[in-house]
Amino acid sequence: MSRVVTVGISDQNVVKAPDVLVTYALGSCVGICLYDASLKVAGLSHIMLPSSVQMSADSSQAFKFADTAIEILVHQMGKLGAHPFRMKAKIAGGAQMFSGINNSSLANIGQRNVVAVKKELLRLRIPIIAEDTGKDYGRTLYFNADDGTMRIKSVNRGEWVW
Amino acid sequence: MALHDLTDLNDMHLDVLREIGNIGSGNAASALSTMLAKPINIAVPKINVLDYNTAVDSLGGPENLLVSLLFTMTDDVKGMMIFLLQKDFAHMLINTLLGSDLKSFNDIGEIELSALKEVGNIMAASYVNAISTLADLRMNISVPDICIDMAGAILSVPAIHYANISDKIIFINDEFSAEGQNASSQVLMIPDMESLDKIMKNLGLDQ
Repeated sequence: MSRVVTVGISDQNVVKAPDVLVTYALGSCVGICLYDASLKVAGLSHIMLPSSVQMSADSSQAFKFADTAIEILVHQMGKLGAHPFRMKAKIAGGAQMFSGINNSSLANIGQRNVVAVKKELLRLRIPIIAEDTGKDYGRTLYFNADDGTMRIKSVNRGEWVW
Repeated sequence: MALHDLTDLNDMHLDVLREIGNIGSGNAASALSTMLAKPINIAVPKINVLDYNTAVDSLGGPENLLVSLLFTMTDDVKGMMIFLLQKDFAHMLINTLLGSDLKSFNDIGEIELSALKEVGNIMAASYVNAISTLADLRMNISVPDICIDMAGAILSVPAIHYANISDKIIFINDEFSAEGQNASSQVLMIPDMESLDKIMKNLGLDQ
């Protein structure tokens, strides 16, 4: 029996096959799936913001930011034997939910999140092998630890498997 | 004592916010009732200081489809106001206002979206006007921005906006329903901390 493990907003989790990770309704947030295929270890992080630079160094907030969360996820997966050299990434989210927002903290936030995630993955030398980002709709993400597939579900816009 | 954090709010503050919600939503509901020529019921407003996940659950779960209209508040009171309409409520609004017979909500087009925005606009303006008069503060709202999607994705917008301040959001949650309908709609007014402080001061609290 496989378990389905939910990842909330600014949260993350790690599972082994045959479990499935799910995060619901990614809007401008980005979901980062990391997979070590040789051990079938999967990790999923749901970040809200690009950078922790302006924030206090409060460790409880670390899962919120692209530049702090992903490294912790890699480390957690390492505890199950996964190695960054073998990890591949799939990312989804980073939409612009409301088209007209010009408020400074929200303008292009989805896009800025995606850029920050890519930069961080590059720094950690983890290649991105699939990406479903941008546009203007919410996505629910299922990440299967058995085969490393990322399934994206939307409202009225269909479903995709990456 | 000035308010710095949402945890500074005491019962008296919450009562004041509930009253603000009452007055604002009362005004908005009567505007809506006039537009639809139908009685509109409002529930007693709920004031919630919630973390994001709980807030989403209270709106029917992260994947619940909602029609949302987002307004940015500027001037003395800054923050956001969001109208959340359940699909059936929005459907009823469209058919009543446009005198149309839209069979499926999925068929909505530009005209219907525009009608929903206008309803939101009038309701938000009524809401804000009432509070502005009550608290003697200048308040202004932007034109609405519409999004029809999952509750979780919609609420992530205010969550991200306030993430730099707190992982909690304060909601003044007002529920509307039309007579003979189960579907309802909600208004979330999310003032920023500084504005909340101003409202409290102007209403005689926290001298």
